[in-house]
Amino acid sequence: MIQFVNVSKIYNNKVVALRDINIKIEKGEFVFLIGSSGAGKSTFVRLIFKEEEPSRGQILIANRSINRLKKKDVSILRRNIGVVFQDYSLLNDRSVYDNVAFALEVMEYPGKIIRQRVPEVLEMVGLAGKADCLPTQLSGGEQQRAAIARAIVNGPQILLADEPTGNLDPDTAWGIMEILNDINRRGTTVIMATHAVDIVNKMRKRLIALERGEVVRDEERGVYKDEV
Amino acid sequence: MKFRTIGYYFKQAFKSMRRNFWMSVAAVSTVAIAAFLVGIFALLVTNVNFMATKLESDIEVVAFVEVDVPRSEVLQLEEQIRSLPGIASVTLVPKEQGLEQMYARYGRDRDLLGALGGDNPLPDYFVVKAREPDRVGRIAGQLAQIPQIYKVDYGQQEVERLFQVLGWVRWAGSALILLLVGAAVFLIATTVRLTVFARRRELQIMKLVGASDWFIRWPFFLEGFFLGAFGAALACLALYFGYFSLLDQVTTNISFLALVTDRAAVYEILWKLLAGGAAVGALGSIISMRRFLKV
Ligand SMILES: Nc1ncnc2c1ncn2[C@@H]1O[C@H](COP(=O)(O)OP(=O)(O)O)[C@@H](O)[C@H]1O
Ligand SMILES: [Mg+2]
Repeated sequence: MIQFVNVSKIYNNKVVALRDINIKIEKGEFVFLIGSSGAGKSTFVRLIFKEEEPSRGQILIANRSINRLKKKDVSILRRNIGVVFQDYSLLNDRSVYDNVAFALEVMEYPGKIIRQRVPEVLEMVGLAGKADCLPTQLSGGEQQRAAIARAIVNGPQILLADEPTGNLDPDTAWGIMEILNDINRRGTTVIMATHAVDIVNKMRKRLIALERGEVVRDEERGVYKDEV
Repeated sequence: MKFRTIGYYFKQAFKSMRRNFWMSVAAVSTVAIAAFLVGIFALLVTNVNFMATKLESDIEVVAFVEVDVPRSEVLQLEEQIRSLPGIASVTLVPKEQGLEQMYARYGRDRDLLGALGGDNPLPDYFVVKAREPDRVGRIAGQLAQIPQIYKVDYGQQEVERLFQVLGWVRWAGSALILLLVGAAVFLIATTVRLTVFARRRELQIMKLVGASDWFIRWPFFLEGFFLGAFGAALACLALYFGYFSLLDQVTTNISFLALVTDRAAVYEILWKLLAGGAAVGALGSIISMRRFLKV
């Protein structure tokens, strides 16, 4: 599904964020991307939906290199990838419902489908009762749920989540994890960057550890070990 | 572009204009002023061309005879002119008749002749009609060759003078208009840029969830387009009412002045102005998008 082939990312010709990465992620997998701050997790995620371009190497999605996609194909690629950010990236001038509907509008879905899909997905993330609230009226966990709802509303095959539990208390974080796990069980490939030790250890999923831009571990059902 | 999203584009475009209200007003006014001047200029040129066409199809040539040429020689001259090729008619207007015309205009009670020193200072002149408009130039040239004739007047010559003046007006006008169009493009680009900045977060998310480039661009494009078109529409309105009321005034008071009264010709100018304004607006937003909208 997603394959990195000798991928390096060097920012501004000096900061090496990723170095010679070779990784293969299969369809339907749940992958934790762990590492301390500055290890290159966000960069890894951003390369997949082409917010950044690799300096060297190839990224293949569904066995096709995405390096030289035409602009039109970039937007098609992004429609197949849902992205959840740590800062939620919600629009504060419109309701939760409108934030989620916005994604479908932008993808030019017909109104009938929008009116059907948005309540469904809000129900799924447990925000059915908050559809008319503004993001600023929600708790952090609820905002993150809204962001997830927006990311999956069109049923993408891949969901990228960059530290989705970063700002949340443990209970709320577990609620988010349940939703992501649920999404994964329905067949979506989920890649989640995090440094939440207990979550990673309890979930027992595939774990890719980055350190200073290099893959230092790649284990099925891995646990977080803090090497000193 | 999908049909169902057109509504969204329009809504966004008008929302932006409301948000950047004063900036939009400035942009619209600049386009309006530029379009107004272009319109005045276009109407001027059209009218001059119209008059020129009339003058050019005028087959009359007036040839003035030197004052001291005796009458007998003048009558001989008349025969000589009549024998030139392409002449339809020759009419001699003797100086006495010229004086009569002056009396008729200024009143007999004034002692014009006395004021002029007792002698009639007016020349005899011939009104020569050509058979065809395209013979007028040659006939005028032949008349000018005659030693006793000191001046030849004809419509086409007036036309040349008219176009000389028009040339200068065109030059100065073009420079001014270019300047104004530049200012209009700049103001529209700035207005659109404000919208890009106000909505940058939304745009970023749009890109992220896979909006197509043109889905993002259309509202900005329309914003510039409407600012330009709206400014031009104001100018057209002013020109429409201005020109036709001027026409009313002129046709009743200065009837010899031939102006373009054909509405279709005026409408054509206004249409082009409107299209031009919209194009200027679109250009402004394209410039702004290229620089500030990284999609
Ligand atoms: N846009 C950028 N420009 C320059 N350097 C960057 C940029 N984004 C990240 N970096 C650098 O790349 C390295 C990896 O960053 P990042 O991928 O954000 O790591 P993580 O998400 O694991 O904290 C860091 O040294 C960071 O400073
Ligand atoms: Mg990060």
